[in-house]
Amino acid sequence: MTFGIIQFPGSNCDQDAYHALADVLGQPTRYIWRKETTLGDTDCVVVPGGFSYGDYLRTGAIARFAPAMKAVIEYAKSGGLVIGICNGFQILCEAHLLPGALIRNRGLKFICDHVHLRVETTNSPFTNAGKKGQVLRIPIAHGEGSYFAEPQVIEQLRRDDRVLLRYCTKDGDITDAANPNGSLDNIAGICNEARNVFGLMPHPERACEKLLGSDDGQVILESILHRINRRRREAVRVS
Amino acid sequence: MPKRNVLDPQGKTVKHALESMDFTGIKDVRVGKFLEIELEGGDKAELQKKIDEACHRLLSNPVIEEYTFEIDRE
Repeated sequence: MTFGIIQFPGSNCDQDAYHALADVLGQPTRYIWRKETTLGDTDCVVVPGGFSYGDYLRTGAIARFAPAMKAVIEYAKSGGLVIGICNGFQILCEAHLLPGALIRNRGLKFICDHVHLRVETTNSPFTNAGKKGQVLRIPIAHGEGSYFAEPQVIEQLRRDDRVLLRYCTKDGDITDAANPNGSLDNIAGICNEARNVFGLMPHPERACEKLLGSDDGQVILESILHRINRRRREAVRVS
Repeated sequence: MPKRNVLDPQGKTVKHALESMDFTGIKDVRVGKFLEIELEGGDKAELQKKIDEACHRLLSNPVIEEYTFEIDRE
């Protein structure tokens, strides 16, 4: 399988993602520069974290119009797996692949810290290797990570089981104190209606080795591998 | 400008700062952006349409922000 990592001027988690996918998980991985108009043979696209285009105007607002993002939008609409991490999540929202927006943290501060996340559902290509209710310890690093959407959108996300991760205490309780940035409903990560596009503020790619303080991020990356491998096996059976 | 129902921590902080310099009677402060775009000119109705599209698609995010614009002739 092949992972494609989109690079914009100002991306700075592209190499972290590359390291996690290529070196830790041993998967073929390549970079896709923002000017490329096709994604090639890719099983999953990663829109990485960083400060694309210097966060000018709004986080993710400019990146959304890059040629590679047009290809990502088409790829997502045809069912391809897309994961947007941190700035990647902001870009996917700006591109309307995910609902809502990420606004300034309620405390106004850039937060760089490990947080606890509860796996809210395993019914997704991005959480199938986890257990419902499982608590993951994964770092966040953002200034604009407060998830906002209109009440009816939040309600829809809940109803459709599309909130994949929520900020929680280390014991898995969803409390306001465990919410680092003021995200509505403690939302840390959501997927689209077709469940093939996932955006999250925390950085699973930075939590893939015990040496880095946590390898809980592997739950997310391994879920993607499971999904791709299963699809491959199904494709072989059909042909 | 952030919508009324969107939390604006920047506006809140500015409000507190204004109050700490004894500026009283403030109900609310919201912090937005002001952009100036110089155009080459053309039919006003057409420009209006173009600017509106630019505001809607790029310059603002309608999920969290509202916008207004004016076209001045100099």
